[in-house]
Amino acid sequence: MLLELSPDQEVLREATARFLADRVPADVVRGLRTNAAGFEPGYWRDGAELGWTSLLVGEEHGGGSVSGTGLVDLTLVAHEFGLRSAPGPLTSTNVVAATLAEAGGAHPAQASALGELLAGTAVASWCLGGPPPLDRLGSTGVSYRVEGDGLVLRGVARPVEAAGQADHLLVTAHGELGLTQVLVSPGATGGTGATGGTGDPGHAGLAGLAIEPLRTVELNRRFATVRFDDVHVGLDQVVGAVGEAADQVERQLQRAIVISGAEAVGAMQAAFELTVRWAFERYSYGRPLASYQALKHRFADLKTWLEAAHAISDAAAAAVDARSPEAAELVSAAKSYIGDNGTELLQECVQLHGGIGVTYEHDLHLFLRRGTVNRAMYGTPAEHRQRVAGLIEHRKEQE
Amino acid sequence: MTPSPDQESVEDFRARARAWIRANLAPLVTNEKTGVMRARLTDAEELAEVAREREIQRMLFDAGLAGICFPRVYGGQGLTPAHQRAFNEEITGYEYPARIQAPTFSPCAAVLLEFGTDEQKLRHLPAILRGDEIWMQFLSEPSSGSDVAGVLTSAVRDGDDWILNGSKIWTTGAWWSDWALCLARTNWDAPKHRGLTVFILPIRQDGVDVQRIEMLNGNKEFCQEFLTDVRVPDSDRVGEVDDGWTVGTRWMFHERMLHNSPFVTVPAGWSYGGVDATFLVDVARDAGRLDDPRTRELIGEGRVIDLVREALQGRIGRGIASRRMPDQSAAIGRLFAGLSSTRVTSMAFEIAGSAGAAWASDDGSVAECGNDFLLRQTTCIGGGTTEIARNVISERVLGMPREVAMDRDRAFRDVPRGGSGR
Ligand SMILES: Cc1cc2nc3c(=O)[nH]c(=O)nc-3n(C[C@H](O)[C@H](O)[C@H](O)COP(=O)(O)OP(=O)(O)OC[C@H]3O[C@@H](n4cnc5c(N)ncnc54)[C@H](O)[C@@H]3O)c2cc1C
Repeated sequence: MLLELSPDQEVLREATARFLADRVPADVVRGLRTNAAGFEPGYWRDGAELGWTSLLVGEEHGGGSVSGTGLVDLTLVAHEFGLRSAPGPLTSTNVVAATLAEAGGAHPAQASALGELLAGTAVASWCLGGPPPLDRLGSTGVSYRVEGDGLVLRGVARPVEAAGQADHLLVTAHGELGLTQVLVSPGATGGTGATGGTGDPGHAGLAGLAIEPLRTVELNRRFATVRFDDVHVGLDQVVGAVGEAADQVERQLQRAIVISGAEAVGAMQAAFELTVRWAFERYSYGRPLASYQALKHRFADLKTWLEAAHAISDAAAAAVDARSPEAAELVSAAKSYIGDNGTELLQECVQLHGGIGVTYEHDLHLFLRRGTVNRAMYGTPAEHRQRVAGLIEHRKEQE
Repeated sequence: MTPSPDQESVEDFRARARAWIRANLAPLVTNEKTGVMRARLTDAEELAEVAREREIQRMLFDAGLAGICFPRVYGGQGLTPAHQRAFNEEITGYEYPARIQAPTFSPCAAVLLEFGTDEQKLRHLPAILRGDEIWMQFLSEPSSGSDVAGVLTSAVRDGDDWILNGSKIWTTGAWWSDWALCLARTNWDAPKHRGLTVFILPIRQDGVDVQRIEMLNGNKEFCQEFLTDVRVPDSDRVGEVDDGWTVGTRWMFHERMLHNSPFVTVPAGWSYGGVDATFLVDVARDAGRLDDPRTRELIGEGRVIDLVREALQGRIGRGIASRRMPDQSAAIGRLFAGLSSTRVTSMAFEIAGSAGAAWASDDGSVAECGNDFLLRQTTCIGGGTTEIARNVISERVLGMPREVAMDRDRAFRDVPRGGSGR
């Protein structure tokens, strides 16, 4: 997280922190394990009032940042989410809202979907990857073909965060004319998450669409497989233009990684603080763990990883927000570094706790889960390193 | 720090620096300075490079570009770290006085600025900024490096002077340097930290015998100095008598700030240890492995490390300046720099394949990667080891209990001592 916040940013952060402490303390977070949606609709609506879903959307569309750098503001919220492993589809809803706003809301249905996301009365999902190996960075599991005056979608997207709860699915599909994105409503019985639905498997209202829940390491976030078996959509559902979504998708990827990475850094921070406290309280051979040099040196390494994760997360957020030419590289650096060192830090925290660290009653796993999901989604650290190699090679060739 | 109204704006300064650099300095031949302390020059060539660096420093001084964050009374520009960062960006890709940055500007000049008398500052800081004085830190000794305060070099009062005897070691380039900042023991009956005093002295004088030490790759820049009855006037004492550790603590801080110091010019993207990730692309190409996915992952990792290190150093610099992080957080940057540069050195060696063991002179970038690997740990030793950085982070940043020490609360002369390597 940023070291220096503007007064307005501090208000946003503080309001989010207080709200989360009040509404989702650790026992509530644990209890959401058995909640079908993973969060309460009222919680999300109230959070939206704090600005959780408006920061990436321009004022002309009813949104607004607090500092002029909306993505940076959003990382403050995401960091607070990570500190408490808070529920709610923060990443997918914001990513979809941003794209709808940038596409201009030309179609009334898209404009009203955006309005619902801003108000927190609906949440959104992004259907990007497919089943392995189509989950690789840059792959999509769904394709489209042009038929009549519409498109027909076919294929499988997974894992899709909050698909069973989403009222709006932004689908990235490949096809002859190039990458295309469409906004799909699963229909009356499918997407009712924010209004209290359960997202029952296979019961989407839209013909040819099926949503099947996946098992997940997360306690309070849901993932699903979304099947498109010749789903017909109209051209008014296309977000932007047919065949021209490559830039949109890249921006979505960058934003998703920034938001999810900031959450993961929050999870690292919380786990680290918990573990430092433990090292002072826990005794072995008549001395606190914190007095053993072998352990002190590991804490020093963890502190270094933690500060480095903060630093690269903030650098990536600022670059994406400013649309700087280094954004792609910094985002992949953040994904790779936070993915690897974040989960390593969290596992070290488990190790330093001993047996209590692998229990359900202890809070540590709440954070470990979040770091783990962050690492596995939107391209693995190794895939992002390959992407960075391509970027620097390309730059060297141009020199 | 916000610039005062009468101060040159960062953008004006940047434009001025850019124009001057392009008109006066030579673009660097790529990769000339890569590698880990490579033995690439004969003594004559080394001296010629030192002379050129002094000349560039003089040119910078005359152009009003030297000592960007040093006060104007001492010949500096009185500007801000933001100006220094702009300068770093502009000088990237051009020759610059690399040898004069550390330890001359930081820690030596930074310590003088903080603790020197007016007379000392007026005498030395302008001379340093003009390139007339290159400084060394006389800190480590054959018997102690990490335990900096355990120095055995003694200073004994003699009228208005002090007489120094002992040996200092591991200075890089002392044989062509001018002045030294020296930590010495002035009281053997006080506990370790309370009997130290800091002095400044010219290196080129009778009584200072500079011997060169050959590193394992043939580089002979490392030196050891033998001090025999070196007479130092009391006016060349820095800080109070027996209070050298007050100076020493800040000295260590400036050293750990490394290339994050506002007093030091570091081209943007420069990597401590001299290997950066774009170099890995050259190695991979010349090793014929640019298409290998495993190699590409290493290249990507190297670049990620560079980007993270830059972001981290920026965060620590801002954190310390705004007092949101304790000064001791500089050790976090030091630890990251050491570990990351050893990692990148290993990756270059790995990508080089068998050429890491034996190479031909026309092999291109794979040449010397093996020797770099042999010297890999220097970046985790020089400037204080990574273990000591870990001690500082855990004890001073995280507040964990100090290690048990056998040298507290007893006269230093009674503290047990072990052997020395040299
Ligand atoms: C490239 C280079 C440049 C240098 N430049 C200078 C210079 O300009 N001026 C100067 O004065 N010195 C310089 N040095 C010396 C450097 O500061 C010392 O080598 C370093 O501080 C380590 O001291 P030492 O070599 O005596 O090793 P020791 O202190 O004997 O350490 C040996 C090992 O024990 C570990 N160790 C020691 N104490 C502890 C502890 N309390 N806890 C855990 N581990 C410990 C160390 O980390 C190390 O691994 C330079 C060294 C190098 C490699």
